[in-house]
Amino acid sequence: MRLSGAEIFVESLQQEGVTTIFGLPGGVITDIYDCLGRSPIRHYLVRHEQGAVHMADGYARASGKVGVCLVTSGPGATNTVTGVAAAYMDSIPIVVFTGQVPTLLIGNDAFQEVDIVGITRPCTKHNYLVKKVEDLARIIKEAFYLARSGRPGPILVDLPKDVLQNKTEFKYPKKVELRSYRPTYSAHPGQIQKAAALMVKAKRPIIFAGGGVVSSMASKELKTLAEKMSIPVTTTLMGLGAFPGGHPLSLGMLGMHGTYWANMAVSHCDLLIAVGARFDDRATGKVELFAPEAKIIHIDIDPTSIRKNVLVDVPIVGDCRDALTKLNHLLQGEDATHWGKARQSWLDQIQEWRTTHPLTYEPSETEIKPQFVIEKLYELTRGEAIIATEVGQNQMWAAQYYLFDRPNSFLTSGGLGVMGYGFPAAIGAQVACPDRLVIDIAGDGSIQMNIQEMATAVANRIPVKIVILNNGYLGMVRQFQELFYNKRYVQTRLNGNPDFVKLAEAYGAVGFRAVRPDEVVPVLEKGLAAPGPVIMDFIVAPEECVRPMVPAGKGMTEMVLV
Amino acid sequence: MDNQPEEKHTISVLVDNEPGVLSRVTGLFSGRGFNIESLCVAETLDPQVSRITLVTRGNEQIIEQINKQLNKLVNVIKVSDFTHTEFVEREMALIKVRAEAQSRAEILRIVDIFRCKVVDVSPQFYTIEVTGNESKIKAILDLLSHLGIKEIARTGTIAMARSKKEPPRREKKSPKDNYKEVDPYGEKDCE
Repeated sequence: MRLSGAEIFVESLQQEGVTTIFGLPGGVITDIYDCLGRSPIRHYLVRHEQGAVHMADGYARASGKVGVCLVTSGPGATNTVTGVAAAYMDSIPIVVFTGQVPTLLIGNDAFQEVDIVGITRPCTKHNYLVKKVEDLARIIKEAFYLARSGRPGPILVDLPKDVLQNKTEFKYPKKVELRSYRPTYSAHPGQIQKAAALMVKAKRPIIFAGGGVVSSMASKELKTLAEKMSIPVTTTLMGLGAFPGGHPLSLGMLGMHGTYWANMAVSHCDLLIAVGARFDDRATGKVELFAPEAKIIHIDIDPTSIRKNVLVDVPIVGDCRDALTKLNHLLQGEDATHWGKARQSWLDQIQEWRTTHPLTYEPSETEIKPQFVIEKLYELTRGEAIIATEVGQNQMWAAQYYLFDRPNSFLTSGGLGVMGYGFPAAIGAQVACPDRLVIDIAGDGSIQMNIQEMATAVANRIPVKIVILNNGYLGMVRQFQELFYNKRYVQTRLNGNPDFVKLAEAYGAVGFRAVRPDEVVPVLEKGLAAPGPVIMDFIVAPEECVRPMVPAGKGMTEMVLV
Repeated sequence: MDNQPEEKHTISVLVDNEPGVLSRVTGLFSGRGFNIESLCVAETLDPQVSRITLVTRGNEQIIEQINKQLNKLVNVIKVSDFTHTEFVEREMALIKVRAEAQSRAEILRIVDIFRCKVVDVSPQFYTIEVTGNESKIKAILDLLSHLGIKEIARTGTIAMARSKKEPPRREKKSPKDNYKEVDPYGEKDCE
């Protein structure tokens, strides 16, 4: 059957099982839109291309499937770059299709031409410029395979207009053949044995779980291992939800704004088992002082993550789930009760750190404390909501005070730190999981970076709830200025914020506001119960800081507590 | 970790012969702050594969990262680090040197000693073609410099692993073997 490139595009996506794409049309991809209109694929029209990429990203994180977005050439393509880089840093499987001017015009500075493949080369796992229609089906097949296999990541495919219009015989390839790409899934049994031996020997072990546990769907295996060997688990920001936050062995998040006891435990452990974590500077603090007494086991599917920032004793290249399954198999003869007793003094020590320096804040009768809002949100949703965050204080409070019980429920731009990520990501997650409650925890600064997507939410009846912790500042930078720049608040006061309740109403959504602490619960109850998209605007204590804090470049034990 | 000694490494990278692949490789080096001392690219016997030979410098951990990061690129087929192995490396340089009546004889003597060639002659200049490893090229440049070097062009290093030095097995030759190395010692050394 001879099909045009645009028809091949739509057919291939269906072969890949794509049901949903996020995008915005433009001149050179009108052929695709013409075909999309006749296909069963559901397209969500965004208001800015950055929103489309974050939606595909949120869709991927919540569903575990590959997220897809489609934009036009030139500015459409460049608008996706932030989202592509965010997905790259967090290893999220998305495929971004960009339009391109006809092949004959490439290089001529044509209208809406940009070298998007050149621009995104360092922030995609791989990217393609399709030069002839005969290559299109194969490249789409490869793109989806590359996005989800190995260490997942974003793939960008650039589609010139003539490629979409030319016709060729369509046959979707069954297999991908890439001689130069063969990720290692299977962990080496010898290394697994070494790791198991260290676990049995260790007196003060700790598991350090990252986003890799979520993307390899290894939460169950992780829990089995931790419980069997009575090893406490701390997670990175990206690992939240990989281990149940309410579990007795859970230490919560470590790092710059991690819990005191998690940071102390890491600093005093004699064995650190890193699973799908890449030793990011926000998690480790000053790397020379990170887990100084510990032997380190590092499980990661990406060999470049191992020995990049820290030297390790037992490197294990492989899929987290495969490695953990093998470890559990090897340790299945161990007696959990015995290990419970054997680790008691270590767990007691951690409990003591937890009791002496709990995660806390000064409650107030007059001002709404942002932490209080998150606590109440956690109680009301019983920890079952999907939470997206923006970046800054809102993100850290969400990470600290919302205890995530299951994976794929915390969507945050951990690596790149994109303000404006949370709201579109929440929309994508809601599309993927229509039956779940999806909430974006935002600041008054970051919500304005992609607020235009409210139109997308309203038009498609996507009932995302937005909780704005409104302190009138770019709060995290203000906190830096307070602590390290002698309170010189340069350019962090947000004058001219809109009335967020009226803004919601202007879009046809619903808005509520809470000013006093006693209004918090009623507003949350009303807001969460309302059917469509909702903005809940909480006017919070303006100069509240995220604590504890390990200042950048300091060791984990050098925490600023109050 | 940072105070390991730095060392020069010659790395050969087989890549898909496609547009943009070189920029993926060089972009990786610039993006991650690795340095490239020289770089050579050309097609191999298989026209779909190119060989990039690059010379870089770094401590053990950096070289390990370079190897791993190169391997991670989808278009990279194989990475071999020749350092600490038996290998042949060569570089070519064209040197335009001032050749006045009184210095011509000396230049030709140097050319003879280094087994290079004079490839262009003008009333004032000789252009010399020299092949060898980096130190040989440096040596001839040092010797010629007082005569007045006007211009040089260098290729950067290319390298190849030496074949195993076992006695050749008696086998029937197939036409495919024609491109296999004739000289098991890499090449007749000219140093």
